[in-house]
Amino acid sequence: MLNAPRLSIRHGRLIDPASGHDAVADIHLAEGRVLAIGAAPSGFQPDRTLDARGQVVCPGFVDLCARVREPGLEQKATIASEGRAAAASGVTTLCCPPDTRPVIDNPAVARLIHQISKRHGLTRVLPIGAMTVGLEGQSITEMAALKLAGCPALGQADRPIRDTQVQRRALEYAATFGLTLFLLPLDPELSAGGCAHEGVVSTRLGLPGIPEAAETVAVARDLALAEQTGARIHFRGLSTARGVEMLAEARARGVRASGDVALHQLFLSEHDLERFDANCHLVPPLRTPADRDALRAALAEGVLTAVCSDHQPHDPDAKLGPFPETAPGLSGLETVLPLALRLVEEGVFDLMGMIERLTVGPAAILERDLGRLAPGAAADLCVFDPEALWTPSPATWISQGHNTPFMGHELRGRVSWTLLGGRIVFER
Amino acid sequence: MTTPNPQLDAQGRLKHFLTIDGLSRELLIEILDQAEGFLGVAQQAVKKVPLCRGKVVANLFFETSTRTRTTFELAAKRLSADVLNLNISTSSTAKGETLLDTLRNLEAMHVDMFVVRHAESGTAHFMAAHAAPHVSIVNAGDGRHAHPTQAMLDMLTIRRHKPDFDQLSVAIVGDILHSRVARSQMLALRTLGVPDVRIIAPRTLLPTRVEEAFGVRAYHDLSEGVRDADVVIMLRIQRERMNSALLPSEHEYFQLFGLTEERLSTARPDAIVMHPGPINRGVEMDSQVADGRRSVILEQVTNGIAVRMAVMSMCLGNQHLGSQSQEEATHA
Repeated sequence: MLNAPRLSIRHGRLIDPASGHDAVADIHLAEGRVLAIGAAPSGFQPDRTLDARGQVVCPGFVDLCARVREPGLEQKATIASEGRAAAASGVTTLCCPPDTRPVIDNPAVARLIHQISKRHGLTRVLPIGAMTVGLEGQSITEMAALKLAGCPALGQADRPIRDTQVQRRALEYAATFGLTLFLLPLDPELSAGGCAHEGVVSTRLGLPGIPEAAETVAVARDLALAEQTGARIHFRGLSTARGVEMLAEARARGVRASGDVALHQLFLSEHDLERFDANCHLVPPLRTPADRDALRAALAEGVLTAVCSDHQPHDPDAKLGPFPETAPGLSGLETVLPLALRLVEEGVFDLMGMIERLTVGPAAILERDLGRLAPGAAADLCVFDPEALWTPSPATWISQGHNTPFMGHELRGRVSWTLLGGRIVFER
Repeated sequence: MTTPNPQLDAQGRLKHFLTIDGLSRELLIEILDQAEGFLGVAQQAVKKVPLCRGKVVANLFFETSTRTRTTFELAAKRLSADVLNLNISTSSTAKGETLLDTLRNLEAMHVDMFVVRHAESGTAHFMAAHAAPHVSIVNAGDGRHAHPTQAMLDMLTIRRHKPDFDQLSVAIVGDILHSRVARSQMLALRTLGVPDVRIIAPRTLLPTRVEEAFGVRAYHDLSEGVRDADVVIMLRIQRERMNSALLPSEHEYFQLFGLTEERLSTARPDAIVMHPGPINRGVEMDSQVADGRRSVILEQVTNGIAVRMAVMSMCLGNQHLGSQSQEEATHA
């Protein structure tokens, strides 16, 4: 990034969880990297100085799951549209699941995504390669080639492998190359046809349910296979108290497993479905308030080391229909910061802890040197005003997908600047 | 996030009829009283009242139905409305038209009310959320969710035999899991003040946490469940549930949960037996019970017309009032 300007960001509260830094300090950037924190090196002449007084300066966020819908589903979103949404949300790295069209099951698709995202230069898009060809759960992909093409991990998006033997072999083969597997813990048979947490609300509304056991059965299977094969697995999007409890127990025994949670799971619950709001049709489903509290506790205790947006932008038609017929998922990038800040406000963790789970936490799962602000590190930064109040509206929403239950609800915390490789990719 | 009840207008009157959930006891009683009044219409030489003259009602059935559609049609005609019958399962959706397109097209033909049946839960709510402001939606059954006019005709039938809801024990037997009828019945019974609502089924046919969700008690033994019951409601069981992971066979189901005179012997001597129809004789109940002295199954059908007249005339009547008060508001 030689064309990146020399920048000084001054007077901000600089928080870097990797080094434990939390104090007002200036930061100086050159050639796309962090040059110095504190005093500028002698003779440093910035091209531009940003005044971050009253604001927080931190590493750019790393999002482990955000769909950009390109290639193949451009009626829903594109790398450009979601790149703008990511930049406006402080997200400088995002992982896109392999359920594009075509599927990211060969190096060409992975390289295409890299190329398009580089051309737009708004956010770093890391493609998650498929574990099986066409996500069909039968033949494993050319995993080594996918790794070489820049896939930091492999997964099955929301189509878990049914055949346990195939799952075992996929884990083994991936372990050969030290590839991490992103696994959505959802038993395909137990969740078949379901569109809501199987509980009081689904019973009352007559919605086909997805039982808690759909998650715990899958967690149990995959933990057993991880232990058997020595593969490193990451549970993408846990939703139940029992699921995180099983993960905690396995981690304590040294199983190489980690987990994350989508931010909306920490706020919404099955009760938000009571009026058949299609924007609350999600997979995994919104579960009980008790599950939500357990997920928060697991995050606070470090059982879960990352939060993510689980961003799934949809075209309006995808959400226009009877609840079970609508497409699951919500547009989550733009609510990442305000929801994460609300967790701080509600005492789940402090500001440093929150930023950790949006930066070094997910970066460690990716085994990438991202999400920190030491001299020499890539100048991916987010500067945000933690007090700014705003209300999402269709007119100001940036993502192409307007499918969020938070539309029209006042939120606190807004990004002022986002820098990717030292270049300003967003400023308000 | 609590939103106002989508079925009611700003004055709390019935605009749509989507579910029993969230409606007051007073409103349910009003529906029953109105229906009671309409029962006489069928006895007249001219079986019509002019309440909905000039209104257009479209029966929009995405699932096949004979009884429900026919009684809705008769109800609308007795109210002097014009009726369109659309059997959508064989027309538009096959051509890829969306539900919303169908709604918009019919709205353009100035339909005032849609009576909707659909295989997915939440369809009636979806239609109500997207219908033009002057249009009413009546739910004629959506997925497993609700069938509120069926529940109200059952309530009318019960009230005509057992006027005091506060004293009743009512048992509902069969496939609660898949039944929109049972869900609406449970809500209606509890809203009307029935203290003892029991549901009787094997565990595979009971939804999760059903007791908590509806304020009912679950039983797995028929004789025990109907003991001292005033009303026994049998549900239709779909044959495709048999020989699956849900139920082993019709034989075993009938042995355990089929209603016979003998099993009814633990119920109160004056207990009535109901069924929303059509009956699988020899599966849910034997013919002796279905055609016996306690059976009120055919009364249910008759009452269905009156209840549907009540609901339709209330919704359509309030449309008029609604637009009037809107006019008043704009003039004020």
